[in-house]
Amino acid sequence: MLEASNLECVRGDRRLFAGVGFRLDGGEMLYLQGRNGTGKTSLLRMLCGLTPPAAGEIRWRGEPIGRLGDEFRAELCYLGHLNAIKEELTPLENLLASARLAEETLDEDAALDALERVGLAGRADLACRYLSQGQKRRVALARLVHEKRALWVLDEPYVALDTAAVDLIADLIGAHLERGGLAVLTTHQTVAVRAGAVRELRLG
Amino acid sequence: MLTLVRAVIGRDLRLAMRRQADIVSALFFFIIVVSLFPLGIGPEPDLLRKLAPGVLWVAALLATMLSLPRLFADDHRDGTLEQLALAPQPLGLVVLGKVLAHWLVSGLPLALLAPVLGLQFDLDSEALWVLTGALLIGTPALSGIGAIGAALTLGVRGGGVLLSLLVLPLYIPVLIFGAGAVDATVTGMGPQAHLSLLGALALGGLFFAPWATAAALRIALE
Amino acid sequence: MSNRLINWFKYASPQSFYPLAGKLIPWFWALAAVFGIAGLYIGFLVAPIDAQQGEGYRIIFLHVPTSWMSMFIYLVMAFWAGLGLAFNTRLSGMMAQALAPTGALMAFLSLWTGALWGKPMWGTWWVWDARLTSELILLFLYIGFIALQAAIDDPRRADKAGAILALVGVVNIPIIYFSVKWWNTLHQGASVSLTKAPSMAQTMLWGMLLCALACWMYSIAVALMRARSIMLERERHTEWVRALLDPQPAGKE
Repeated sequence: MLEASNLECVRGDRRLFAGVGFRLDGGEMLYLQGRNGTGKTSLLRMLCGLTPPAAGEIRWRGEPIGRLGDEFRAELCYLGHLNAIKEELTPLENLLASARLAEETLDEDAALDALERVGLAGRADLACRYLSQGQKRRVALARLVHEKRALWVLDEPYVALDTAAVDLIADLIGAHLERGGLAVLTTHQTVAVRAGAVRELRLG
Repeated sequence: MLTLVRAVIGRDLRLAMRRQADIVSALFFFIIVVSLFPLGIGPEPDLLRKLAPGVLWVAALLATMLSLPRLFADDHRDGTLEQLALAPQPLGLVVLGKVLAHWLVSGLPLALLAPVLGLQFDLDSEALWVLTGALLIGTPALSGIGAIGAALTLGVRGGGVLLSLLVLPLYIPVLIFGAGAVDATVTGMGPQAHLSLLGALALGGLFFAPWATAAALRIALE
Repeated sequence: MSNRLINWFKYASPQSFYPLAGKLIPWFWALAAVFGIAGLYIGFLVAPIDAQQGEGYRIIFLHVPTSWMSMFIYLVMAFWAGLGLAFNTRLSGMMAQALAPTGALMAFLSLWTGALWGKPMWGTWWVWDARLTSELILLFLYIGFIALQAAIDDPRRADKAGAILALVGVVNIPIIYFSVKWWNTLHQGASVSLTKAPSMAQTMLWGMLLCALACWMYSIAVALMRARSIMLERERHTEWVRALLDPQPAGKE
């Protein structure tokens, strides 16, 4: 479903990688590995269509993602290393606002349920600026609880989380893959995820 | 489509309400700049009446500039902008929502405040009405054109100063027709022609600027 | 097919453009010198003295061509910018970047010569004439473009951002020009128009045309030279630049 062929990434004067390619089908997960600065985040952003590759092509269901445009984005869930949450808003408001901006239906009960799942039950009405780093990350990851889109692209989802939260995220990813979804993620931790097939790609 | 624009406006207004200090300081900047002119020029009512349209409009331009750098910078810093760019909707609509929200918290209060400041310049009631109307019509164009500059300078060093360098020359038509409308009223010529041209600028700005801004944002996100 | 076209644009252009431009530059310089000398000779020595304006009018042989050039270069710049955005070619951004300083210089010269002309004619250095004011705004637009490109480190992003700005500017220039003209007719200050030169003598026209041609040739030569150095700087890691700069005699022409 997701194919990348011969991707090349140039940052400034440096060529971070070239000739990178892979193929990922429903129920499969791709681990991106590599030291810092080898272009993992750049590759993820390419897969989302944020950065055009210097060379090569990315296809989704056989069509180049540039041509699909909004059709592709409607099936994509990207979670960057930035949390994309607003400090001034409460976790609940953040979750509802991001769902609304992504044109998803998420009612308040579902949002509260998601926050409870990530362990923020009592914090739903507290402005995010009063939360710890790990809690902020959990707010961001709470989006995944009810996320039904087919392709998840996750940049370091386990960073700043305790083991319980890591297990929860691994669970969510596992359930997503069982539904036939795809996931691409970078991580430095080895976390067991129940998945049909786990592929690995090492950069640098 | 409209729901997306509404959602963006709703979110931005809510954020602005939690950060009222920004809105208030831009308004105070407007008040102070306008109040400085009589001190610099002298208090003769005739002279002040002649200068009022230009002074109020220039101050409105500068006050709008003040809040522009933050239009996308906050969303850029916390990663929200990436999410907006990845929404399955044209980014131009998101930008339109943000521009309208920016106008609601910057242009609209300026327009409502302007007649009070116009009194300092001895404008008569008709001129005050026209001033308010011209600002109401013209300030959306300022937010729209300004958004292009804000997107182009996003994350660029010295962005704030650069932004004014890029945007202020593009504001000139709005300034001319906006101040001209009030001027025409004072001299008894009637403001209709100016106001309709101003309206055309605002509509054109709101229609085209979001797409140019969206293209600039995608470049900034690369 | 389209893929091959883009690749041709992307990878062959600067490489093949560089030596071509190198060969053309001396010719443009020579033409600029010939046209310039001829134009100035006609303008300053042959053309008759103006009945109303005396010798002072001769500054228009510089003023008018530089104003034309300043406006035209912005159009060319916007054209390259649009091309760059549409086809993602590297050369277009370099050309736009190379043209901007020349355009700014022309706008500045036009303003300066305008002021020099205004002093004896109107008794003042600066008049808020519609044309002068628009020219000033044009200079601001050039400066904004140059400043934006200078502020962005990544050349690809600088090109694209500059391209959007140039296109926005080119859409706005007519609007700005007409608004300034409107403003000027409402505020009847100094109503001397720079444009209404009394019917020009044939020789004056020739002088003006030759000077305009000289400006063209100069602009092309300078823009090509600048484009060449931008190319070398940006492509310094590519094979062809290395081969070019390699002191080995085999690599030399």
